Amino acid sequence: MSAPSPPSGQFARFAVSPARRRKDKLARAAITACTVIALIPLVLVVYYLLSKGLGSWSWSFLSTDPTGNTFFKASSIGGIKSAILGTVEIVALASAIAIPIGIGVAVWLVEYGRASGFAKVVRFFVDVLTGVPSIVFGLFIYIVLIVGTGSSYAGYKGSLALALLMLPVVIRSAEVILLLIPDALRESALALGAPRWRVIFSIVLPTALPGMVTGVLLAIARAAGETAPLLFTAAATDKTNLNLGQFMNSLPVQIYKDVTSPTTAVVNRAWGAALTLVAMILLLNLIARLISRRSRLA
Amino acid sequence: MNTAAMPGGDRSILARSPLARLPDRALKYGLTVLAGLILALIVYFFVRLVGQARPAFAHAGVFGFTFNNDWNVSGEKFGALPLVVGTLITSGLALLIGVPIAVATALYANELCPLRLRAALTVLVELLAAVPSVVYGLWGIFFLAPKLQPVEQWLADRLSFIPFIGGGSVTIPNYFVAGLILAIMILPIVSAISREVMATVPADHKEAALGLGATRWEMIRTAVLPYCRAGIVGGAMLGLGRAIGETIAVTIVIGDAPGLGKHLFGQGYSLAAVIANEFGEAQGLHRSALFAAGLVLFVLTLLVNGIARVLVSRASHPSKTPSAPQAAIGPGPVAGAVAGA
Repeated sequence: MSAPSPPSGQFARFAVSPARRRKDKLARAAITACTVIALIPLVLVVYYLLSKGLGSWSWSFLSTDPTGNTFFKASSIGGIKSAILGTVEIVALASAIAIPIGIGVAVWLVEYGRASGFAKVVRFFVDVLTGVPSIVFGLFIYIVLIVGTGSSYAGYKGSLALALLMLPVVIRSAEVILLLIPDALRESALALGAPRWRVIFSIVLPTALPGMVTGVLLAIARAAGETAPLLFTAAATDKTNLNLGQFMNSLPVQIYKDVTSPTTAVVNRAWGAALTLVAMILLLNLIARLISRRSRLA
Repeated sequence: MNTAAMPGGDRSILARSPLARLPDRALKYGLTVLAGLILALIVYFFVRLVGQARPAFAHAGVFGFTFNNDWNVSGEKFGALPLVVGTLITSGLALLIGVPIAVATALYANELCPLRLRAALTVLVELLAAVPSVVYGLWGIFFLAPKLQPVEQWLADRLSFIPFIGGGSVTIPNYFVAGLILAIMILPIVSAISREVMATVPADHKEAALGLGATRWEMIRTAVLPYCRAGIVGGAMLGLGRAIGETIAVTIVIGDAPGLGKHLFGQGYSLAAVIANEFGEAQGLHRSALFAAGLVLFVLTLLVNGIARVLVSRASHPSKTPSAPQAAIGPGPVAGAVAGA
């Protein structure tokens, strides 16, 4: 610690030399400066999203489809209704697939697999899944469901690609929470004569629920922002389409398409769509944090 | 437990009937199959990807495909070197810029920050991870890249004596901007892992350093950083894995020029970007080449992530390394950390 030496002079010989003190101050200043630098992009991104995105937000922006008409004035290019509905639908189906499977695998890892060799292999492969680039998931689904079946893009294929992306996040976060549940709880239920499945469904899962909701919401938030897996699975279209078996628009894909446009109005639509997407994701994050604060486990 | 063979034996009062045991068995085997399914899925995908990539590899050879410097779609020539180099340059830059800042952020949060600010700081850094890739791309191409261009031109002019950095005219989308965006995107994960690893440094080590008269910085340098080295390297590798696989933001800000960029501030291409950009209209051999690019990307991220996982898991359980417990200030924790690596 670089506390100044007391005036009495009694401790003067323990004082830190000026050179060392200078170095300490310099290093601390550098660390603090780096921390500030790390937060600058966040401030800038949020500032530009708000300043550019709020301008294009309006009721008609949220309630009309993009027209595909990109060469005329702002009023004719339309809004992002199909993209919002598409994102909600695709992500909802992806969650419906990934959450039960993910929690099932996590329950198996904690309640049955434990430290067995097979469980180690499964954990390793889940880690492998975590590292796979999102566009490669898109390629996987493309090969299996589009080359393999000879059919075309569809919303549910995008959902499957996102589900693959969510799976490792759900499994890992659920596993961490399940491990936190004290063994005494399981043992007392077993001692009372409850079969294993009752212990899992009536004791383990309800106790873990609040903690697992947090991880699940974060996984959903991650999936909602992904563009690459949707490009060649759900494709893009202008019209609102509620049928998951057909081409489906989504916010990230809509933004990606609009970024490359030379028309200012279309780029502004991209900013508006980006603000909408970030707002949705931040909301999910916020809810996740509030729930995790309430949870007794995590 | 051979009571089932003796009807009326005293254990039968406690034993469950076979029918009652059914849901238990069903659950156990059902879940086991589910877990096994994940393994099967990955292997199946990998085999299918190799199958789709085979024509491209047959055309130029695996080595030729990866290292030929010629990506010419209309000429049906697919040598992925410009893409591989673009991926390596941008993710290398991301590490160079992102890791020091991420580690400093973690140090600040763990060692210097007032306790009240710590939680807020952590949340803010994690929010960086909540911004979608495509939004970073949008912000990068319309705000960051144009604003940076004069600075980059100045740097390119001043540093023209260094090969590859200076000498050319700066384009708005370029390798450097892509690397910078990637640095921002890997910051949260590297910072989070560094913070986790720093939290495992025993308080004894830090207090001993301070007790011997070390300043705060000397304590960080002698007690915290050496102990965490393997973990920080692992975190950086995980960040590298992310940076290599990052697609959309890079596609938007790298310029998507199929040749090898002449210099750092010129346009280029990356493995992930080429897939996102060209897959929609690709046919035949071109499409197969893009699958092959995906395969190269997949294998590259597998290697990087595999090494990273080993480093991080060893660093977060330092008790498994034999020299860590008796390690003291000085060379002790260094030896522990190195043994961990």
